[in-house]
Amino acid sequence: MNFILIAVIVLGAIALIAAIVLFAASKKFAVYEDPRIAQVGELLPGANCGGCGFPGCSGMADALVKGADAGSLDGLMCPVGGAETMGKVADLLGMAIANSEPMVAVVRCNGTCEHRAKIAEYSGLRTCAAMHACGAGETACGFGCLGCGDCVAACQFGAISLNPETGIPEVDEEKCTSCGACVKACPRNIIELRKKGPKGRRVFVSCVNKDKGPVAMKACAVSCIGCGKCEKECNFGAITVENNLAYIDHLKCRLCRKCVTVCPKHAIVDVNFPTPAPAPKPKEPKKEEEAKA
Amino acid sequence: MKIKTFSLGGIHPAENKLTHEVATKVAALPKQAIFPLGQHIGAPAKPVVQKGDKVKVGTMIAEAGGFVSAPIFSSVSGTVFKIDTAIDATGYRKPVIIINVEGDEWEESIDRSDKLELVAAHPELTPEEIVKRVQNAGVVGMGGACFPTFIKLTPPPTAKAECVIINAVECEPYITADYRLMMEHADEILVGLELLMIGAKVTKGYIGIETNKPAAIELLTKKCDEKFNIAGSKFSVEVVPLKQRYPQGGEKQLVDAVINRQVPAPPAIPVNVGAIVQNVGTAFAVYEAVMKNKPLFERYTTVTGKKLQNPGNFLVRMGTPMKDLIDACGGMPEGDNKLLAGGPMMGKALTSVEVPICKGTNSVTIISDDEARRKDAQPCIRCAKCVGVCPMGLEPYLLAKLSEVKNWERAESEDITSCIECGSCQYTCPAYRPLLDNIRLGKSTVMGIIRARAAKK
Repeated sequence: MNFILIAVIVLGAIALIAAIVLFAASKKFAVYEDPRIAQVGELLPGANCGGCGFPGCSGMADALVKGADAGSLDGLMCPVGGAETMGKVADLLGMAIANSEPMVAVVRCNGTCEHRAKIAEYSGLRTCAAMHACGAGETACGFGCLGCGDCVAACQFGAISLNPETGIPEVDEEKCTSCGACVKACPRNIIELRKKGPKGRRVFVSCVNKDKGPVAMKACAVSCIGCGKCEKECNFGAITVENNLAYIDHLKCRLCRKCVTVCPKHAIVDVNFPTPAPAPKPKEPKKEEEAKA
Repeated sequence: MKIKTFSLGGIHPAENKLTHEVATKVAALPKQAIFPLGQHIGAPAKPVVQKGDKVKVGTMIAEAGGFVSAPIFSSVSGTVFKIDTAIDATGYRKPVIIINVEGDEWEESIDRSDKLELVAAHPELTPEEIVKRVQNAGVVGMGGACFPTFIKLTPPPTAKAECVIINAVECEPYITADYRLMMEHADEILVGLELLMIGAKVTKGYIGIETNKPAAIELLTKKCDEKFNIAGSKFSVEVVPLKQRYPQGGEKQLVDAVINRQVPAPPAIPVNVGAIVQNVGTAFAVYEAVMKNKPLFERYTTVTGKKLQNPGNFLVRMGTPMKDLIDACGGMPEGDNKLLAGGPMMGKALTSVEVPICKGTNSVTIISDDEARRKDAQPCIRCAKCVGVCPMGLEPYLLAKLSEVKNWERAESEDITSCIECGSCQYTCPAYRPLLDNIRLGKSTVMGIIRARAAKK
């Protein structure tokens, strides 16, 4: 009986001392975590894709709360959740949020099997990175898509798939969250995040070949040859030709599609427009104004 | 006596030295010569000629673009056609100088006689003078890596050179250019070695040759005994026969095999253990540069392949398109073939026959489709053969996997940067796994991370 009593007293005493120590420690070394961080974290998608530039959603939540305390959420954007999520976060934090344009990943290569002849066969490790490291690939174009699908593997949302007929990846606009994982995965920097555009309408140069015209022309039927016709045609200064390659600034482009029609190589692509681009020399210049509107 | 070799790993692929006994021919002048500006490790050279300029054989057309760089000399006489881009051995379009060939007029400063110049007749050759002449002649390592030779001859102050090792191993299958060079120009090579020893301020030299070249071993041993290993000679040179094993021609493996010293992991280089390794072709180039005032614009190259009609060895002007050499050997064989700049183990696959011969092109190898094609990769069966053959003592299966899953930290701690990309692991893998493909990707990524880290500091 006595033993039991002693044991209970001793253990009880230890428990009491330990409880006091723990209580004191928890008060003394308490780390205050803003409860809003957890709340913001709840609102974020939880994909931990890193598309925002922070290590996962909790890192982003932390940055958002800090940003709110500093008085601005500028530059913080969850590409996956988009404006909807950011709006909820802003409400929670009592901040106004600049409505960021929705973006989408764009594959800037149209060098399909049909347009770009194979000149060699690669039998090594079938990843784009490996193929890129050991040469120009299976075609004469040293800039275009290698078609091994590193971008497909990088996409966490199943938004990119290789089209078996063309050998070129295609982006599912509905699923694309513009997290930028594919942009990083592509060893040739073919994929770019561009403004989604009204009703998904976009105009872009579907080529990244910086070779001189004759060389690019030989390598691929739809390569940009840097002729500069589009640059001259553009009324908005959206197109620049550098290193034999045209680039359309998606922030300046007004979607008039004049460049699409003048491109002799059909390297400029328009997507999601209900009608084909106007004929090369439209007689009524008003058409362009309509498209703009 | 046990024949020496390196201590770890190694393989012995079929030798296929088809052109061993084919005497070197002088390749015909090309119609147009192409000179890539990046023919060496380091900064690309900067052009010093313009379109329309007349050049002679031996005229400098591009100067060194930095400290680790080398000038480039015209190998032909004619007119600069344009400065443009062309596909080089990397497979990509790079800046090049293209010269239209007209006649064959040499710079007068070049001594074109066959007379053997001896060091004894040139008292002006101080170590500094030799290094300067080697640098000015654009001499780089001729074994394939193309590291500027003058830098190797001036080691960092923390290291002290004790000996020069001439790399005459030629362990790569098919290639015989170095062997032919030794058989045809042994005297010049030995003078070149002497110059290298003076330049590096050492008195001990070694020549490492694999035992599949008995004639070269015999010849060089005899010549060395007559020239160096006599009473009153300042230098002593030993010809070291080495057991045939790939990759014995790797610097670190050769140092291990010849003087039994192990070069530590990068950034250590052979001179940290006292050795300066130079290819036999480099020794010859040094001789020509210093004694004949002839810059580096020609080299010995093997053009080989089982299906090629007349494979051979050529003394070829740099800038000659490979197509010219292949045509001189009977033309490209029928069917699909794999074209390599270099041998089958370390060579670089090319997609164009217009690629020019450069300072480092020791061979043009053509392999038929059925031999070249890889078999489908099977799952790793954990047999550890790759670990057994790795000459650097690495674990290739692990490094490949780490690269695949992008675990760069672990890859770095497992010394992925020590990999010399010899391909022994992939050669030996019974499951045909693309080990080196993965490791190479991982290595370049990890090296990028290390550089970024160093830049931050």
